[in-house]
Amino acid sequence: IKKTLAKPGVKNIVLVDGVRTPFLQSGTIYADLMPHDLARAALQGLLNRTGLPKDAVDYIVYGTVIQEVKTSNVAREAALGAGFSDKTPAHTVTMACISSNQAMTTAVGLIAAGQCDAVVAGGVEFMSDVPIRHSRRMRKTMLSLNKAKTLGARLSLLGSIRLAHLAPELPAVAEFSTAETMGHSADRLAAAFGVSRLEQDEFALRSHTLAKKAQDSGLLSDVISFKVPGKDIVSKDNGIRPSTMEQMAKLKPAFIKPHGTVTAANSSFLTDGASAVLIMSEEKALAMGYKPKAYLRDFVYVSQDPKDQLLLGPTYATPKVLEKSGLTLNDIDVFEFHEAFAGQIMANLKAMESDWFAQTYMGRKTKVGAPPMEKFNSWGGSLSLGHPFAATGCRLVTTVAHRLQKEGGQYGLVAACAAGGQGHAMVIEAYPQ
Amino acid sequence: MAGVRALGSLSRLTTRRYNLTMFPARTHVNYEIKGDVAVIRMNDPSARVNTLSVQMQREMTEVMDEVWGNSAVQSVVLISSKPGSFIAGADLNMIQACTTAEEVTLLSQEGQKMFEKIEKSPKPIVAAINGSCLGGGLEFAIACQYRIATKSKKTVLGCPEVMLGLLPGAGGTQRLPKMLGLPSAFDMVLTGRSIRPDKAKKMGLVHQLVDTLGPGLKSPEERTIEYLEEVAVEAARGLAKKQIPLTKEKGLMQKIQDHVMSYPFVRQQIYNTVQKKVMKQTKGLYPAPLKIIECVKAGLEQGPTAGYLAESQNFGKLAMTPESKALIGLYHGQVTCKKNRFGTPEKEVKALAVLGAGLMGAGIAQVSVDKGIHTILKDTTLEGLSRGEQQVYKGLNDKTKKKSITTFERDSFLSNLTGQLDYNGFNKADMVIEAVFEDLSIKHKVLKEVEAVIPPHCIFATNTSALPIKDIAAVSKRPEKVIGMHYFSPVDKMQLLEIITTDKTSKDTTASAVAVGLKQGKVIIVVGDGPGFYTTRCLAPMLAEAVRVLQEGVDPKKLDSLTTGFGFPVGAATLADEVGIDVAAHVAEDLGKAFGSRFGGGNIEFLKSMVDKGFKGRKSGKGCYIYQPGLKRRDVNTEALEILESYKLTPNAAISSDSDIQYRLVSRFVNEAVLCLQEGILANPVEGDIGAVFGLGFPPCLGGPFRFVDSFGADKLVEKMRKFEEVFGNQFTPCQLLLDHAKDPSKKFHK
Repeated sequence: IKKTLAKPGVKNIVLVDGVRTPFLQSGTIYADLMPHDLARAALQGLLNRTGLPKDAVDYIVYGTVIQEVKTSNVAREAALGAGFSDKTPAHTVTMACISSNQAMTTAVGLIAAGQCDAVVAGGVEFMSDVPIRHSRRMRKTMLSLNKAKTLGARLSLLGSIRLAHLAPELPAVAEFSTAETMGHSADRLAAAFGVSRLEQDEFALRSHTLAKKAQDSGLLSDVISFKVPGKDIVSKDNGIRPSTMEQMAKLKPAFIKPHGTVTAANSSFLTDGASAVLIMSEEKALAMGYKPKAYLRDFVYVSQDPKDQLLLGPTYATPKVLEKSGLTLNDIDVFEFHEAFAGQIMANLKAMESDWFAQTYMGRKTKVGAPPMEKFNSWGGSLSLGHPFAATGCRLVTTVAHRLQKEGGQYGLVAACAAGGQGHAMVIEAYPQ
Repeated sequence: MAGVRALGSLSRLTTRRYNLTMFPARTHVNYEIKGDVAVIRMNDPSARVNTLSVQMQREMTEVMDEVWGNSAVQSVVLISSKPGSFIAGADLNMIQACTTAEEVTLLSQEGQKMFEKIEKSPKPIVAAINGSCLGGGLEFAIACQYRIATKSKKTVLGCPEVMLGLLPGAGGTQRLPKMLGLPSAFDMVLTGRSIRPDKAKKMGLVHQLVDTLGPGLKSPEERTIEYLEEVAVEAARGLAKKQIPLTKEKGLMQKIQDHVMSYPFVRQQIYNTVQKKVMKQTKGLYPAPLKIIECVKAGLEQGPTAGYLAESQNFGKLAMTPESKALIGLYHGQVTCKKNRFGTPEKEVKALAVLGAGLMGAGIAQVSVDKGIHTILKDTTLEGLSRGEQQVYKGLNDKTKKKSITTFERDSFLSNLTGQLDYNGFNKADMVIEAVFEDLSIKHKVLKEVEAVIPPHCIFATNTSALPIKDIAAVSKRPEKVIGMHYFSPVDKMQLLEIITTDKTSKDTTASAVAVGLKQGKVIIVVGDGPGFYTTRCLAPMLAEAVRVLQEGVDPKKLDSLTTGFGFPVGAATLADEVGIDVAAHVAEDLGKAFGSRFGGGNIEFLKSMVDKGFKGRKSGKGCYIYQPGLKRRDVNTEALEILESYKLTPNAAISSDSDIQYRLVSRFVNEAVLCLQEGILANPVEGDIGAVFGLGFPPCLGGPFRFVDSFGADKLVEKMRKFEEVFGNQFTPCQLLLDHAKDPSKKFHK
């Protein structure tokens, strides 16, 4: 057994347990819900799973990306509905695809600082309904209408409305700073690292195949059953579809036409889902009689050029967090990387394998190395399980904990990229069995 | 995977060896066969950009013949391995080396023949374009069957020949109308404008676009070219296998347009409209656009044989015109004036401070922040500062509307700007440019204040249009760090920067000022110190003459049409309004004091009366003309005419014909320019021409005052001046250098 990563003077913080709702393709069974409904389901699931007394929770932090304006602090709305004490404060964080990672590390921070002992963190994303807005011109006219005092003023404002003003504004998965959609950036990234269409399709197929295997053998124990109002009980992810290379090869590129390599089949799909974890100080967990699943150890956030290196977060974050923990890549038993696009994963693997990249762009002497595939996302990943933006982080951490228990390893590594050119990585240590 | 990689490098090795043994002599064009696709790569090892030089053409012809003769090759990719340049155009030296129109026509015909073979190639050729694809380069590309371009900022397509007084002489006037339709083709060929990739795709000039790539396992530039090649190779295969159709199904609009264009009288109407527009814009002073219309017309109305013949013959004729020689001279001059002949400065200017947030100050700040220079903009009042910062914001925001920058880039540029009222942070400035009011005592006060707060290495540059720099530097503790930087208004549009050195200015200070100007995107002339330096000194006598002409009863509109008719882009009366009547009066008085009666002519009192009435030109809404916001039409300011009435002069009929008036204006300008060279204010005639054309709008078709003397004849000019001298005296006395040139016709300013 390897050494523990406990550091003198630093509180041991543990993951007691983690759950998630089934991740469903958007527009399917969850279509009529609201985001806080999904978050509530995850919170209730966590309470059921852990038997946690509601008043034992000091604080709740939730992540979300595309915000429902009515529930902008979705953490609070979900917590109230889930029956938590109205004396338990809750706040919402957002950091694109690493929002729930941010929620978890916020929880870690609150505990480490001695301000809380038990925090629930989670994330929710609901892509079946997104805020579609009136155009800026139309909004301006409507707001002015509120202020207009006379009928004449109102009529003249109404008269100023043109057909074009009625065109709605749709949210896009695009960078604000560059106006480039993420899929387009992923395609360019794959091209920059010379990742072929074949490699991407192969990786996507691997993800679906492994996910299917994990689902069939009951390894995805973090998934809770959820009775959807007006619909059946859902207890499985519905995006896992192992296809064939031939079928996948038939698809046309989705973003860069006609010569791009990123297709619908080798990208993560729009997903609805929520996740939640219970994080405690080790003493508190033991005092409450819990058997924690894992220690949450060092973590880092990184950021880089949002145009040309948008999705390279894992490449930058991995060596940094390993260094912090005094580990090398070889020490890691379990890798869980967020799969935004197969091309993005392959590009990151190539970048991590390149001394030239490490020296030229990261100011490091040598490469960190690519994770061995047999330890990498072996229960599927975002490509197959689905990727509700802000819910993925908790899934990654919980999966690492479960895999460490199942496979008997000691250290796990979570890494993810996020819009804005940001990234995150965390080292997780198995709790002694 | 490692196995595949090894195989890949092995195949690369073998092809390289194959090339080496087969074609040891080739230096510009090479090729590699990838399966059934021949990838032809161009790279001129001796130049920054690729041109269609004799060598390039010879090697290209050889390579093409080999590729055509190789039965294993089904299709071809044409690509440049030089970053940022596909082919930037024909080799100008090749044209300039010709002494007769017939020789140039022959060059054109050779080009036409080569591209005809390309066009008729039985194996489809894909032009893979990254970087400049201009002139002959564009003609090469449009002769190919398919075009793929990168979205790089450096990728531009265009036919700039017209700007050199030439026409696209290798099939451009014939292929473009068929490819793009008459209106787009005329726009492209007659304006010479550069077309960016997305626009080119929309117009149908290229078939496919390829994104630029960021960091990967190679440098972004290298990998982008490689990626372009991969995509092009795939497209070439698709074309050879007929999976990609060569002709695109035309849209409804295109079909309608084609149908309309099939009527001869519609085409005739377009020719007429375009011809009229060209005449209006060029006053008939530029032969190239008219010849271009002729060639397009010949091709469409009389068929390709007549069209190509017209193109090659007109190309030959144009190359021999003084207009083309003048424009090519300006092109070379501009290239020269974009280099720093003073070397690399010891310390790069990273932090700049601009004093005065007026039109000039804010303009200088704008062209600095968008080049990544941290700039402090200081004013004395909050209102002034706010106006200045708004000007910078608007200047950049207008660029986002034209989509030349994104709103994000705008914001990040603006983050380089700090607006303030105090001298905070000046202790970290590398250079201070003052753009305060043109008054020696104010400039002295500012200089002393600034020198008290800046670090020892900091340069003090003064933006003045007439005050001698040595007078300003007189109160400096470190005159070697003081230099003049004369910007032209509006700073973000005008290309020229006149840098003025005193005999105390150090070489490093000059090098640094030039480096900053180049970074700001300016064309730079470096001149000696003296009243009015070079540009203002040339302009002053011409404006003095213009005032006299007005006093003689010539209407401002007439005066404008006489000057624009000579080739000035802006008429003299309008120019006075633009410069500002108050500034003109100020300068006329200052320079009058310095140079005496030679700078006389019009009555300065007239200008002063105008200023007293508040007629300061465009900025005050009234000058020679009345300016109303939003209104393009301008009426003559009748109140100004009333003032003129009291300064009325009787014209001397012997020297008051339209042509006389034109030469009275121009000869004073030119004589003063030559005198500046004679006195050493100017370092050389090239900078004199560039300064006059880019700063003052001297007719580009004449190439600048010095080229004008060369082509018009110094003797003829002296003869004209003597005639005016008889009436007006020393204002028209030719300077010694001009007389020397008049005496000896072999003496030329330009070789």
